[in-house]
Amino acid sequence: MYSEEWVERYSRHILLPEVGGKGQEKIGKAKVLVLGAGGLGSPAALYLAAAGVGTIGIVDNDVVDLSNLQRQILHGTADINRPKTESAAESLSDLNPMVNIVAHKMMVNSSNILELFEGYDVVVDGTDNFPTRFLVNDACYMLKKPLVHGAILRFDGQAFTIVPGQGPCYRCIFPEPPPPGLVPNCSQAGILGAVAGIIGSIQAAEALKVILGVGKNLVGRLLIMDALEMTFRETRVRPDPACPLCGEHPTITELIDYEWVC
Amino acid sequence: MSDDDSPRVLDLRGVLCPINFVRTKLRLEELDAGEKLEVMLDEGDPIQNVPRSVKEEGHQILKVLHDSQGFYRLIIEKSGEGSS
Repeated sequence: MYSEEWVERYSRHILLPEVGGKGQEKIGKAKVLVLGAGGLGSPAALYLAAAGVGTIGIVDNDVVDLSNLQRQILHGTADINRPKTESAAESLSDLNPMVNIVAHKMMVNSSNILELFEGYDVVVDGTDNFPTRFLVNDACYMLKKPLVHGAILRFDGQAFTIVPGQGPCYRCIFPEPPPPGLVPNCSQAGILGAVAGIIGSIQAAEALKVILGVGKNLVGRLLIMDALEMTFRETRVRPDPACPLCGEHPTITELIDYEWVC
Repeated sequence: MSDDDSPRVLDLRGVLCPINFVRTKLRLEELDAGEKLEVMLDEGDPIQNVPRSVKEEGHQILKVLHDSQGFYRLIIEKSGEGSS
């Protein structure tokens, strides 16, 4: 029997023909790992918690900085200098005490990532650097975990969903990380806070659709947004037979820690 | 529990929209195709909205009875498709 609180809290989900009580139960049993409690991880984790995802893991090793607050809506002014995982866990539990929040205050690397990912059904990547993004892609491929990628810079954003066995991986588009220092990051180039909100929300919607098994995910379709002109377009991506990870003759058979320059 | 042919009854008098439909939908999900459910609804918004939403989900409204006490009894048959 469903509790009064459960029925009322999730009523707007249950009303959806694609969700219903059974779909909401699926959401409640799901375990989603959100990498980064920053610009993308904030909206993504907030919507996942509001949606009632049973277990949400949050990975971050930073503390909250005043310059984060323009877009990282999990954190408030009183949280400055607190670990982001702690502040995030508090915000998410406050939004929805029915979900279980697991704080992972750590940096992922090739030796800890597989063990971390094992416990989750879906991974949402809200990291801000190429070494981690490639590591996450490779780890998800090796463990056959669905991965929802998102990235933002200035007024631009992109999102892409990778479901092993169903379409291309991140390396099919970008075989290798760019040389360190070539691509600016948000702390150098800037970012419109709301752009993070849009892409992070798309990532949450993609993760929920993977959990529910409904609709069409961004598998094989790289969604590209330009918020300055406010256009969305998508680029078709096919699995690359020459992909170093998921291609016919893979050269990447173990995890790599790329060099990090910031 | 669902062997007999008599409809199960859900008393949703005093329950506002859309929670009355949410409860109807959740109950219907538990039934097998072809099984019947009787729902008691208030007049006004509930009797206007709930039957329409039930039909939108593909179920059949077999009867709408107006009770002399001012409420309605809706007899629904669960559809064969959709959530099972």
